[in-house]
Amino acid sequence: MNEVVITGVGAVTPLGIGATKLHERWAAGVCGIEEGEGRCDEFVASDHFSVKEARRADRFSQLVLVAVGEALADAGWDAELPYDAARIGAIIGTGIGGIGTIEANDRTLIEQGPKLVSPLAVPLMMGNAGAAAVSMRHGLKGPSYGVVSACAAGTHAIGSAMRAIQYGDAIAVVAGGTEAALTPLSRAAFAAVDALSPSGISRPFDARRDGFVMGEGAGVLVLENGEAARARGARILAIARGYGATSDAFHITAPPANGEGAAAAITRALEDARITSDELVYVNAHGTSTPINDRAETAALKTALGERATTIPISSTKSAIGHLLGAAGAVEAVATILALRARLLPATLGLEEPDPELDLDYIPGSARRLDLEADQRAIAISNSFGFGGHNAVLCLEAT
Amino acid sequence: MAEPSIDQIEKVITDSLVTFGADRDAISRDAELDALDVDSLDLAELSQIIEENFGVELSSNDVSEIKTVGDAIDIVAERAK
Repeated sequence: MNEVVITGVGAVTPLGIGATKLHERWAAGVCGIEEGEGRCDEFVASDHFSVKEARRADRFSQLVLVAVGEALADAGWDAELPYDAARIGAIIGTGIGGIGTIEANDRTLIEQGPKLVSPLAVPLMMGNAGAAAVSMRHGLKGPSYGVVSACAAGTHAIGSAMRAIQYGDAIAVVAGGTEAALTPLSRAAFAAVDALSPSGISRPFDARRDGFVMGEGAGVLVLENGEAARARGARILAIARGYGATSDAFHITAPPANGEGAAAAITRALEDARITSDELVYVNAHGTSTPINDRAETAALKTALGERATTIPISSTKSAIGHLLGAAGAVEAVATILALRARLLPATLGLEEPDPELDLDYIPGSARRLDLEADQRAIAISNSFGFGGHNAVLCLEAT
Repeated sequence: MAEPSIDQIEKVITDSLVTFGADRDAISRDAELDALDVDSLDLAELSQIIEENFGVELSSNDVSEIKTVGDAIDIVAERAK
């Protein structure tokens, strides 16, 4: 199988536009959540798009286009594509798709009737619109599609991209996740299912945690065939070592208390990477700040990592930006790579009152230096679990 | 619905094209829609706006005949009589 490397990253998050801002601000303890939501306040569509481009893309597509622009420049692709366009794909996950477009057109339907529903409604709201926008804007003619698996979508997209390159379906894939669901219907719906934090505070693994804080944004990786990337002299940020995906087959919105599906996904990812848990140096947790996720994830880590679970540093990006749903896994993969490269593991912000049942090292307080032994490699896992019982785990090694 | 004046039709069409992203200064009777980057989705939207404002329903055949801004104005003026 072909080796898969990561040559570029991009992110638009509540901490700002740019992957470096995500890492540096989170590591500095900055929280991007305001008034109970993680909005991308720095993002202004007119800074990035013409009038026509902006009205042809729902916000979820706009966010990923900006993250892709950054990632391609980071990979040195901004001047021209390094490979035959037919061998470059785009795989973009989302939890919901263009819900802002759906809601606006539903208002039109109710208030003005069916004849005034926009011809742009379908091309903007469809869940694959982000992938289509990326493919069209950059002329990528290899496999492109959307991935829909709720809060695991970004991680599934990257895992699928990895497989496409390993198998030879593509030489490179621009992969990630995106979400723009800070809308009235989405807020009400997540509140109705009792998932949102009434306090509006994201504090994963804390005894007082009471639900997730919804955020928006996008994260993107440029994945390339390792041999091809080296041949073109690319700077390699990380190696995609392993991927594991499983399902709970249990309940539509809840994991089993023992987190067995999540544990199986972690185990698969480590097997795929051909490493043992002792070789891991960091876990970027799903860590949503819901009572049930953080408990089940802790159980899963104990099952999958054994003794290593009690010593490995673990933190949750959601403590700094909230839960970006279908974008979460991709943004967290970016955060994981940059943390490993900087040898600086950002903390789980807001974790002040430990939950007696949750007894792992969730990096409370401030960011921690990652000191590696001479023979140790910077390898981490990034976990994502979604409504529907979808579990996806990436194993990443920074160079 | 009272018969609209050419000016009224021109204003609605011009404002629509600007909303779609066309440069107002580039819009004239002779301007080709292709040159204004107006595509089939824009024309579908324009048809809705024309029907809403002037009660003129354009078929997809009608729309396919429209090549310039003037074509659009003329067909609406003709049908609105």
